[in-house]
Amino acid sequence: MSDIQLVDAPAGVEGAGFFATSLDKAIGIARSNSLWPLPFATSCCGIEFMATMASHYDLSRFGAERLSFSPRQADLLMVMGTIAKKMGPVLRQVYLQMAEPRWVIAVGACASSGGIFDTYSVLQGIDEIIPVDVYVPGCPPRPEAIIDGFMNIQKLVKTETLRRRNEPQYQKLLASYGIQ
Amino acid sequence: MGKITNEELLSKIGAQFSNKVTTIGEPFGLLTLETTREHIIDVLAYLKTDPTLQFIYLTDITAIHYPEQEKAIGVIYHLHSLVHNTRIRLKVFLTDGDVHIPTATVLWNGANWMERETYDFFGVIFDGHPDLRRILNVDDMTAHPMRKEFPLEDPNRVDKKDYFFGR
Repeated sequence: MSDIQLVDAPAGVEGAGFFATSLDKAIGIARSNSLWPLPFATSCCGIEFMATMASHYDLSRFGAERLSFSPRQADLLMVMGTIAKKMGPVLRQVYLQMAEPRWVIAVGACASSGGIFDTYSVLQGIDEIIPVDVYVPGCPPRPEAIIDGFMNIQKLVKTETLRRRNEPQYQKLLASYGIQ
Repeated sequence: MGKITNEELLSKIGAQFSNKVTTIGEPFGLLTLETTREHIIDVLAYLKTDPTLQFIYLTDITAIHYPEQEKAIGVIYHLHSLVHNTRIRLKVFLTDGDVHIPTATVLWNGANWMERETYDFFGVIFDGHPDLRRILNVDDMTAHPMRKEFPLEDPNRVDKKDYFFGR
């Protein structure tokens, strides 16, 4: 008996030779299990991410085998580490270069809130410049915590409606960051 | 060639500049002198070119802010004589409203970035510098953050507000 676990099928109508569900759910499952993360690692949280990505914790179990180092092909921006104010515009440009749908995870205290760096040169959380979906606490967080944050992103992706990115609320959120 | 003693250094500089240079002290054996911005380039040039001294290496240019002093901004030069393994420190104090000082890039090209950094963090204006703009902080920053009148903390920080701690 193999102990490989497959993703459960979404709720739907099943019969002999057919299975019907909504497009939202089918696409949500496909997307959430093949997320391409873009690691934006600037400091020690990036080291923890390397451990998360390596064989022991193995983030590829969750369908994130393929790291994208081009923002154009990435679904998930993983910001790991202190973002100095001078780095802010760079991070913002990387976010703008990503295609919709895109998700952002802020890993660690620095990316989430500035952390111990309460100073004039450090951005006090990346949510000052780009919208963030999931925050992972820790300084740095353990690989388990990063995986937990990643699984929360997966949950978001799985349950997101296909229309969400066209809704006025979402447009308003982007507009509040100065993104059209 | 051995180390030059501070007494030798002092007598040489005293013979050359007499009352234009005053001694602040010798903390940890490092001779520290003070001069004015009118003479600083002459003193640096003398220390660099004198064949018996040869302070050819400019270790650092930085500044310090003492808001309680009349001359609040101090510009500090560290020189190193590689030949004699001897170091010296020079200070020039400037009043807060008039932080102009001639550039040392005429003597060392390495002074370029050091002076840009000192300008960036203390707002000291080095007259004659080829390209005096910010080097480390973001270009649109309006503060010179190492001066005492600017708070160290970022004003946008919310999670240290008192109401989160019931204060």
